[in-house]
Amino acid sequence: MTIEAIGWWSVPLAVLGGAVRVSTPFLFVSLGECITEKAGRINLGLEGTLVMGAMSGYAVSYFSNSPWLGVLAAGGVGILMGLLHGSICSLQRVNDIAVGIALMLFGVGLADYLGKPFIQPAAPQLPSINFAWWSHSPQLQEALKINELFLVGVALAPFLVWAFRTTRWGLILRIVGESADAARALGYPVTAVRVLATCAGGFLAGIGGSFLSLYYPGAWSERISSGQGITAVALVIFARWNPKLCFYASLLFGGAGALGPSLQSVGIHGGYYLFNAAPYILTLAIMIATCSPKRTLIGAPAELSITK
Amino acid sequence: MAEEIATAVSAPQPASFATAPSRWRLGAGAEAVLVPAGAFAVALLLFGIFVALAGVNPLAVYGYMVQGAAGSWFSVQNTLTRAAPLLLTGLCTALPAQLGLMIIGGEGAFVIGGLAAALAGVALRDATPLVAQLAMAAAGIAAGGLWIASAGALRYWRGVNETISSLLLNYIAIAILNQLVEGAFRDPASLNKPSSPSIGDVHMIGSIPGTEVHWGLVIGVVFCGLAYLLIRHTTIGFGARIAGGNIRAARMVGLSIGKLVVLICFLGGAAAGLAGMIEIAAVQERASADIVTGYGYSGILVAFLARHNPLAIIPVAILLGGISASGGLLQRHLGLPDAATVVLQGMIFVCILASDAIYGRIPWLQGAGARA
Repeated sequence: MTIEAIGWWSVPLAVLGGAVRVSTPFLFVSLGECITEKAGRINLGLEGTLVMGAMSGYAVSYFSNSPWLGVLAAGGVGILMGLLHGSICSLQRVNDIAVGIALMLFGVGLADYLGKPFIQPAAPQLPSINFAWWSHSPQLQEALKINELFLVGVALAPFLVWAFRTTRWGLILRIVGESADAARALGYPVTAVRVLATCAGGFLAGIGGSFLSLYYPGAWSERISSGQGITAVALVIFARWNPKLCFYASLLFGGAGALGPSLQSVGIHGGYYLFNAAPYILTLAIMIATCSPKRTLIGAPAELSITK
Repeated sequence: MAEEIATAVSAPQPASFATAPSRWRLGAGAEAVLVPAGAFAVALLLFGIFVALAGVNPLAVYGYMVQGAAGSWFSVQNTLTRAAPLLLTGLCTALPAQLGLMIIGGEGAFVIGGLAAALAGVALRDATPLVAQLAMAAAGIAAGGLWIASAGALRYWRGVNETISSLLLNYIAIAILNQLVEGAFRDPASLNKPSSPSIGDVHMIGSIPGTEVHWGLVIGVVFCGLAYLLIRHTTIGFGARIAGGNIRAARMVGLSIGKLVVLICFLGGAAAGLAGMIEIAAVQERASADIVTGYGYSGILVAFLARHNPLAIIPVAILLGGISASGGLLQRHLGLPDAATVVLQGMIFVCILASDAIYGRIPWLQGAGARA
């Protein structure tokens, strides 16, 4: 393939490359939310967790010179945010959706506050693997430069499918999410399982956030996430609480998010902002198409407040 | 409201029916004030610890907050000006909450209402001020109302979760705003910062005589009062509260839930849309990215802090207006980032929600017979 032959193919290629790049935070947040929701809780605060992860990952990478340490720190902060959500929701009569909204605002505000000193300096970034070593086309090289964290996410999705289906932990998680009474009767600590599941969800969402600041777009700023976290929560519903479908849905959303920039790169500027809103419009359209007031969604954990 | 029903159900039977109900009611009234106030105090304490960890004296922070919110005539006016939009965006969450819906789309309704008002204002530049102002208000109300009503309609007829859909609508509204002010609706003269043409100086709604506070404050207070009357003293409000408390009972007595959902969501969105119109017509004069103010998100907190009671929104909005008014002083004198007040708001929000757990559990607030 020569450079000349590529022509208008650069748009789908850029969308494909963008899908892989943009989808990573969607993938991590949706897998995390999948774990949390399987246990019967919904955490809308992952938007705040995502931004906190982006900020703390960037800061730790800056101080330690190790981006992977930043990823780990972001996960740790995510666990703390999850712990906060999980333990407040364990109090009587506290609504998990409302706490999620509160933590979303709190997380974004706190990241903004603590992240002020890190807006200027450059932190070391995460490495990526070039899968287009065989080609000389710069567009192809750009599209097939795949970040290692994305590959971790790709491996994580089938692992979670397997874990939910066959491991002891997966079964306990699903029992708690399907019927708290049954889980109690079997002697499992419902509240503890849910708090742990929320922490696990926060861990993954924090990692997703570190991808934002440590790879793409690749710098910390206050408005680094504009709703990716909440879109990913909606994506779990669309993916029917199936980690494998979460992966495909993330790619789809990533592609939608990459549409605006790739059209701009070939000189189509009209409707730039509307194309940037494509993931939100897509989410809304998919939710309208797939939800129904008559029946609960297939695959929905029965204890989930959102489907009751 | 749902909480009241839950409390009534979970509280054990009073020992004596003759004396307990009146005492219980008195206790519940005190509880409705004392529990949020206590949660607010805890949040202030946590914020004090938070700034102390950053090496700032918490007492100085509290001092500057009082000074920045109410220390002078200037700061009082600043507080009231910031409270004005919160009165209306608070209603955007509080009204649908009567039905048990959790709408967080106030920001989107605010933006789309402001945008529609600016379009109407620019189109009617040559009309008399009163006509233009009424048309702008109508445009803001209609746009904001339809924006949130669509989230309610999607919930009722398609089962789409209203919290997620209304949040997504926020981002879509902002995208539409940016698209228009950078494209079809852009004033060619706005070079560095894209914005729409001006609505015209004569069409601006002015300030309350003797103050710098615009009329939005009065409009907001009036609307909170009207919302209270609607919820407490009309059949629509009664129906909404029944549906919010027990949807099956509401169906059984023949309420048309769909109409109620769309109407109440429309009214909530209309309030936020009107706030957007006031932002254009009293503050900014033209639509630009600057009308994405965050008032919609603060309105969510206002509604929760007021426990979705429209009258309680008035003092709560003034309180939060005061907190955000003090941000400038904290930044100038103590070097705290401007996000400090947002952090405090987040802490208040979390504490308020956590305080839901202690309703009906403090013996001395329940009256003698209610809880042994």
